[in-house]
Amino acid sequence: MFIASVGRVSTVPLRLVVPDEIDVVIARSTDAPIVESEAQLRTVLSSLSGVDAVGVEARAAKLATRSIKKSTKMSAIDMAISMVDLTTLEGADTPGRVQSLCTKALRPDPRDLTVPSVAAVCVYPDLVAQARRTLAGSAVAVAAVATAFPSGRASMAVKLLDVREAVAAGADEIDMVIDRGAFLSGRLGQVYEEIVAVKEACGDAHLKVILETGELVTYDNVRRASWLAMLAGADFIKTSTGKVGVNATQPVALVMLEAVRDFAETNGRVVGVKVAGGIRTTKDAMKYLVIVNETAGSAWLTPQRFRFGASSLLNDLLMQRLKQQRGAYVRPDEFSGD
Amino acid sequence: MSDRLDVRKTYKLLINGAFPRSESGRTYEVLSEHGDFLANVAQGSKKDVRDAVVAARGAQTKWSSASAYNRGQVIYRLAEMAESRRAELGEHVGLAEGLGAKQSAKSVARAIDRIVWYAGWTDKIAQVFGGANPVAGPFFNFSVPKACGVVGVVAPQESSLEAFVDAVLAPICSGNSVVAVASERRPTPSVLLGEMSATADFPPGVLNILTGATGELAPILASHEDVDGIDLSGLDEVVANELHALAAGSIKRVYRSGHDAPASTRRLRAFIETATVWHTIGQ
Amino acid sequence: MNDKNLEKSRLGALVYDPAPESASIANIKPSYGLFIDGAFSDASSHEHFVTLNPATEEVLSTVSRASDADVDRAVSSARRAYEKVWSKTSGAERAKYLFRIARLIQERSRELAVVETLDNGKPIRESRDIDIPLAAAHFFYYAGWADKLDHAGYGANPQPLGVAGQIIPWNFPLLMAAWKLAPALAAGNTCVLKPAETTPLTALVLAEILQQAELPSGVVNIITGDGSTGAALVEHPGVDKIAFTGSTEVGRLIQQRVASSAKHLTLELGGKGANIVFEDAPIDEMIEGIIDGIFFNQGHVCCAGSRLLVQESIADEVLRRLVRRVEQLRVGNPMDKNTDVGAINSAAQLARIEELTAFGEREGATRYSSSCVLPEKGYWFAPTVFADVAQSHRIAREEIFGPVLSVLSFRTPEEAVAKANNTNYGLACGVWSEKGSRTLWVAERLRAGVIWANTYNRFDPASPFGGVRESGFGREGGRQGLEAYLNV
Repeated sequence: MFIASVGRVSTVPLRLVVPDEIDVVIARSTDAPIVESEAQLRTVLSSLSGVDAVGVEARAAKLATRSIKKSTKMSAIDMAISMVDLTTLEGADTPGRVQSLCTKALRPDPRDLTVPSVAAVCVYPDLVAQARRTLAGSAVAVAAVATAFPSGRASMAVKLLDVREAVAAGADEIDMVIDRGAFLSGRLGQVYEEIVAVKEACGDAHLKVILETGELVTYDNVRRASWLAMLAGADFIKTSTGKVGVNATQPVALVMLEAVRDFAETNGRVVGVKVAGGIRTTKDAMKYLVIVNETAGSAWLTPQRFRFGASSLLNDLLMQRLKQQRGAYVRPDEFSGD
Repeated sequence: MSDRLDVRKTYKLLINGAFPRSESGRTYEVLSEHGDFLANVAQGSKKDVRDAVVAARGAQTKWSSASAYNRGQVIYRLAEMAESRRAELGEHVGLAEGLGAKQSAKSVARAIDRIVWYAGWTDKIAQVFGGANPVAGPFFNFSVPKACGVVGVVAPQESSLEAFVDAVLAPICSGNSVVAVASERRPTPSVLLGEMSATADFPPGVLNILTGATGELAPILASHEDVDGIDLSGLDEVVANELHALAAGSIKRVYRSGHDAPASTRRLRAFIETATVWHTIGQ
Repeated sequence: MNDKNLEKSRLGALVYDPAPESASIANIKPSYGLFIDGAFSDASSHEHFVTLNPATEEVLSTVSRASDADVDRAVSSARRAYEKVWSKTSGAERAKYLFRIARLIQERSRELAVVETLDNGKPIRESRDIDIPLAAAHFFYYAGWADKLDHAGYGANPQPLGVAGQIIPWNFPLLMAAWKLAPALAAGNTCVLKPAETTPLTALVLAEILQQAELPSGVVNIITGDGSTGAALVEHPGVDKIAFTGSTEVGRLIQQRVASSAKHLTLELGGKGANIVFEDAPIDEMIEGIIDGIFFNQGHVCCAGSRLLVQESIADEVLRRLVRRVEQLRVGNPMDKNTDVGAINSAAQLARIEELTAFGEREGATRYSSSCVLPEKGYWFAPTVFADVAQSHRIAREEIFGPVLSVLSFRTPEEAVAKANNTNYGLACGVWSEKGSRTLWVAERLRAGVIWANTYNRFDPASPFGGVRESGFGREGGRQGLEAYLNV
């Protein structure tokens, strides 16, 4: 069945298949292909091409030299704002803080109604209800990190309960973590099963699977983990929790975008990518958008398929936006802290 | 004086490990420095050059991919062979160059020591002329000297053995195969050395030796497009200039200086190509 | 007709606004003289020629055409400087001059990048990120050698050759000047440099830099002109060494001309580099490497990976991805920071590319050309891939020196090596595989001076560069690069 279609060797006659041409619907879990055995999963993952670290880093660095100016910059800033998952994931989070974050998410710059809302607010599960209340009736989604975020070190039962409670409290999106320990020690079937189970527990909520690429270390692992997550039914694959030393990097994003592009080509299902952790400046955001643009293509340049998990990035985007409009640099204090 | 009649030897070419007469059937008379008849030596032709180049091309890849240790052993074996036939070599060098017994023995000794010198070079070349290069980037970058391929050698005319040893072993020890045109007037020591090479485990085709008219053979070698490099040290300047221009037709490496100090590596380097490999370094 | 335009991809829908570098930084003078004996002077014949911006066909400047008398003046100046000054300047002092030059190139790098792009047509991104920084790096690298020649591996106290005549091509004008001048000066030679006719400007800015560095007069002379100027330099009896980078055709003539002189010679000539792709290659980086290999600098690269040898098992997949990627290349104004492929350097070069590609179609290869819109003025050629190319086709054998890739296939490593080596050239090759032992096996057997494994078109002053067979002889870069300028 689907196994035959994910091999690297294409049997289709030569013609351009551009991901953009594919009529894309974010898939439901029932559409997700099922791997029937761990052996099958291994076959698929080991058939993936390796990644040359030097090459991928050079490519990302080259794309980072793209110069985004004038109207492109303006539209890219708005695009980036609309892709932000405005995030607060601190032990000190309170309903009050979440409420003010949600207010900001809805209307990032209250003086300028042309500024789009962000894509989602991302919180811990116990604060989902608060976020839901503030965002009720809006297009801004509520995302919850779950499955014993950020380490994922809990029993399966606890992880699933975590997910179900968040969904019950009104989460539209669940950001789960994979078991990196299992992945690194080769228990790929276990990682796969967990994602399938969480996807099931999500119901209608979209599932973002956090690979925690900083702990997977190699690009080969990032590529395999991306495919594993997509095969298991992820709606999004996400780089990082933001809680470890190395978070999203441009080469990692490049590898993940190649993965979603190739997966869409071979399986016809489009999976989104979320980069998270350490993205603070407009300049960085622009670089990621360029990578999306020139790797997966314009079909991914929408909040349905690309997200920034960030908190301070939003204010920098707003500052740069205002600077573009005014033609002069603006104070950080022009915008609310959160 | 013995009343036994000498058994005389026919001096033939060395092509692909065999000792054929010239394809043309021609020979020419070689005289000693004092004008006495020494031998009828095969007079190589255009087709002999062609055959020798084919043999050299055929042998080259294998010779250069043999381990440097192995090449050193083979060349050292040639020194052993030469050592055991010192007297014979000395006699020929003496007759050819008109030297007394003592001087010719010294010349042979120097020639043999030179063979030993080259035997020791084979597995040093890569370390001395190659190495790792510290490029500014995540690459392992290393340079390896490689043989340039088939080398034509127009051997010096005066020094019948010593110069011949230098001229043929410099390219051979770095992995080239050689088509040599021996000294026209003084060919027998080099023919003897060729015979020794065949018993010294030189793979057929690695060393090919043609005797004959230098003026006839050298231009064929210089213009042959499947010859990658040429040593013109056996020619006078005017002819060397002409053949150098001929060699330019296929952008050959050309070596001309015949007066390098014994310790110089110029000749060795003349037929080495530096190949540089870059490989990415990443997890 | 085999011309299949690429299907239009919507990749790149984030439409980048033009981001042009400012041409005014260039500060190009209306005319330049010859740089001889430390000063600019008019040619004795008062002859001039213009240099154009190949992207717009606008005249950039007028430069002097050096006559035989000017060549003689330059060589005499170099000889005087060699005998009176440079040969008496210690290695440590020579080093400091080279370090100065390197620093000045860095200081004026933006200006140099702009001048290079205007004069050559290459994308500003490449002149800014590659040509100019590497030129500075070459001076830095060889500066350090000037007082350490005893340790270069050629015995104690190696001596310079004297006056070096250096003829460079138009594809990397400043970089090639640096490749030639830096080792020559470090080794203690003085130089007469002739830049290419269509790209003289950065060398003339370099002349100003040499003045700023207070390099003694006559140590470097830079004379502009055409082929006849180069020929006069080659023939001049006062020259001890000729270093030439350019076509095999001209290299052959030069070797013939210097055959009857005592001149030393090194040649860096053409190529038809094979980029060998195995089925276990890291596919995305490999596609980028193929693209870089042939479209870098519009394919005006002697070591370009102009023949793609792809393992049959992945041939369709590679071609599909390659064609898609070609369509993404941004072709156009070289001064735009987002341009990937710039202008062809001259009308003559464009004509040659057009002729050979037309031949490719006639011979039955399948052509895929980018559907990019080419500017109306200037010299342009859409990035092109030829599939179904046979080893015997002209486009698989002759150097096109343009943005044109020929795709061939192979089945086994042995066949790949045989096909890669089936050429009179031997400059550079690429090998793509995740299997180290096979990569090294292939590298060992390739007849080429440079082999890039899982990368392509990388250059570094510490890395020797140069070819085998009809790609020339001698190396530039690294310790080996000194050999070309020492009497050893």
